[in-house]
Amino acid sequence: MADVAQSGSGTTDLAEAQTTFRRSHGSDLAARGEPFLWGMGGALAFGMTMIVGFVAMVLYFGLTTFWPKPIEVVTLMDGKVIAGEPLRQERYRPTADQLAAENETVRQAIAADLGFATRTLYHLGNYDFYGDDFRWVPDFQAKQTERPAGLVLVERQEWGAFIGHISAITVKGSKIEGDALTPEVLAAAHVEARARRERLHDIENGRIADVNHEMEALRLQARRAVLDYGTGTPGQIAAQAEVDRRTAELQAGYTTLAAEAQIIKAEEAANTVTFREIGGATKVYPLSAIVRYFESNDLGLGGSLAVYGARWWEYLTAEPREANTEGGVAPAIFGTVVMTLVMSLLVAPFGVITALYLREYAKQGRIVSIVRISVNNLAGVPSIVYGVFGLGFFAYILGGSIDALFFPERLPSPTFGTGGLLWSALTLALLTVPVVIVATEEALSAVPRSMREGSLACGASKWQTIRYIVLPRAAPGIMTGLILAMARGAGEVAPLMLVGVVKLAPQLPFDLNWPFAHLERSFMHLGFHIFDVGFQSRNSEAGRPMVFVTTLVLIVIVLLLNVSAIAIRNRLKRRFQGSQF
Amino acid sequence: MSVTAAAAVEKSAPPVFLPPVYHDRQSASGVQLEIKDFCLWYGQSQALHDININVQKGMVTALIGPSGCGKSTLLRSLNRMNDLIDNLRTTGQVTLEGEPLFGNKVDVIALRKRMGMVFQKPNPFPMTIAENVVYPLKVDGVTDKALLQEAVEKSLRGAALWDEVKDRLNQSALGLSGGQQQRLCIARAIAGNPDVLLMDEPCSALDPIATLKIEELIDELKGNYTIVIVTHNMQQAGRVSDNTAFMYLGHLIEYGATDVLFTTPKAAKTEEYITGRFG
Repeated sequence: MADVAQSGSGTTDLAEAQTTFRRSHGSDLAARGEPFLWGMGGALAFGMTMIVGFVAMVLYFGLTTFWPKPIEVVTLMDGKVIAGEPLRQERYRPTADQLAAENETVRQAIAADLGFATRTLYHLGNYDFYGDDFRWVPDFQAKQTERPAGLVLVERQEWGAFIGHISAITVKGSKIEGDALTPEVLAAAHVEARARRERLHDIENGRIADVNHEMEALRLQARRAVLDYGTGTPGQIAAQAEVDRRTAELQAGYTTLAAEAQIIKAEEAANTVTFREIGGATKVYPLSAIVRYFESNDLGLGGSLAVYGARWWEYLTAEPREANTEGGVAPAIFGTVVMTLVMSLLVAPFGVITALYLREYAKQGRIVSIVRISVNNLAGVPSIVYGVFGLGFFAYILGGSIDALFFPERLPSPTFGTGGLLWSALTLALLTVPVVIVATEEALSAVPRSMREGSLACGASKWQTIRYIVLPRAAPGIMTGLILAMARGAGEVAPLMLVGVVKLAPQLPFDLNWPFAHLERSFMHLGFHIFDVGFQSRNSEAGRPMVFVTTLVLIVIVLLLNVSAIAIRNRLKRRFQGSQF
Repeated sequence: MSVTAAAAVEKSAPPVFLPPVYHDRQSASGVQLEIKDFCLWYGQSQALHDININVQKGMVTALIGPSGCGKSTLLRSLNRMNDLIDNLRTTGQVTLEGEPLFGNKVDVIALRKRMGMVFQKPNPFPMTIAENVVYPLKVDGVTDKALLQEAVEKSLRGAALWDEVKDRLNQSALGLSGGQQQRLCIARAIAGNPDVLLMDEPCSALDPIATLKIEELIDELKGNYTIVIVTHNMQQAGRVSDNTAFMYLGHLIEYGATDVLFTTPKAAKTEEYITGRFG
């Protein structure tokens, strides 16, 4: 501007120059930033709507599934009677065949409704009676719908639910029916039958399983002796004799237990229940096959709450039954939590040490940049690829070598040489380690230079500086990375299907047999449970509510894990980050 | 001619530096640090040119000069803090009571234990006050409780902080005020029982009252420790130091007894600077 003023020949030029360079006093919309504000607010609102909608859906279906529903008895036009829980209604377009089967009035009514009719889905239960437990009933076929008292919903060990009446029971061989079958008598007999079943379960799955476990250990011991000493050597013969002696003892114990179980089974057979469905057909089952029963239409609020609570309790603490669509998910909850914790224990030191080296010790240059980019790119590899790698490298190569070295007597059946909890945790640790590395590097570089210099000036070595000053200061940031890794790991399913998750695990990864933690065992996982129940079971209608319940449980577990990690992080933060210097 | 015009002229023609002027005050107990022909490069650019200073034992030596003159760089060379910077190269030598500071065989950690350092901004560690003070002992592996407690009290008394914090030794050091934090850093520096205290503009982040307290503290500490202090504040240099070195563009211009240097400077540049004509 000074040049313009000097070279100008008169006042007019000067004035012109000034107007040219004058700034506008108003500010336009783009400068004020309002459009961006709206854009940002809109993006947030959109995201929030999606999340809130999703959570609300999971909460609604997850929380209402276990609430007992009323039973409706529907008298159909053809005189048949069905009883079931109404699940939902929908409008549909009846096919020509269906219309042809109906009378003129119905056809006209449907035509007047543009070809649409309404139908209701009933959960009938009684799979053993009908061969199907759900049925759509079009409104035009229902002559009469009512909710009579006295109908019983029975949850059973097998065959799903039964809806109808309990017409008779036998206790110790004597039949009780009619007026003699009061609720008190039924309840007492049921409690007794369940206790008996529990005892039987104890013997078969507890004590007999223990005997089997020991026998298997002895068999392996004998096999080991053959491998160590060779067949026919004195050492092997002595070991074999010892094993034979112990096996004989165990066999005697087993015989006693089996006899005990046999007695209980005989008692079981003398205690039965007769179910009569609404159409009058009857079937007889052991009394102990009833998990719980209640009269849906006469529950009242208190009764409903009791059923609701009992169902949740069973869900959270019991083992699954009926191909996972009924019963509980306790093994899956346990598997998910244990796997996530083991994964965190593996990924935390691994990621932190890697990041420490990259950030603090490695000479910053091209190679470190390449390593860093590669680590970041690892986060974009499809997780199923990690599963394949985990199966090939961890299970087959690493696990196979472990088996060959330490468990030769068990071959050809693999111990570590197949999918298991340890390999799953390692695979997921590999999957989530980029998150931890990136977060840790960020946290390390955020530690102020003045802190490091202060420590070095006190005569601390580099390692002492890292150990006493840098790591504690970076701990909250590292925890953030770990939280993200945990959330990612807990929700991952695809790689797990290859490296250790199964539909139904026979044993938990922890038990009372030495060495207590059996990380080589396959396990159950909530994420896989969702996939299995929702898409792999014979009855998708029965599985659907369980998908939501399991999703809810999984979300709550991830939430709890995260909240506890955040609580730890905040404690660290309070301790280490008061100063801005 | 205006100041900026003068600067422009200087930029176009590199200034000619005369050999430094010396009239330093000698200490009875001799020389602690001998800086000899010390040059330093950051990559290609030379930051220090042939610095020769004898730091007298038990005295306070101030380094003054305009921004970018290399006084902090020189100070941070004395405890090898500059090692953290890549592409750094030095020639010449510095000796601490005859032992060289630079060279492959020098144990840098042992060296830093003999050189306490106080930084421009207080940098207490995120620990308790007591833990902060005994940090130098912690890295030495001292675990004796009684010894540590004694060191805490001695160092805090030495830094004139004991009376203010004796009731909250186990509280976080981050709760202290800026001046207290800086005195805590001094306490931490003297807890390791060093020979020399290096202070890099220790009062520049503090208010006048806190500054006064630090200056009084420096007065008390001298004699027991040899102190080298970098300061922007010429009054401060005049108040606390025995000897002053004036540096300009990486060269030592004048080094001498503070009262002489401030009243009758020998070099023209020094006179211009202390009379406030540039800087």
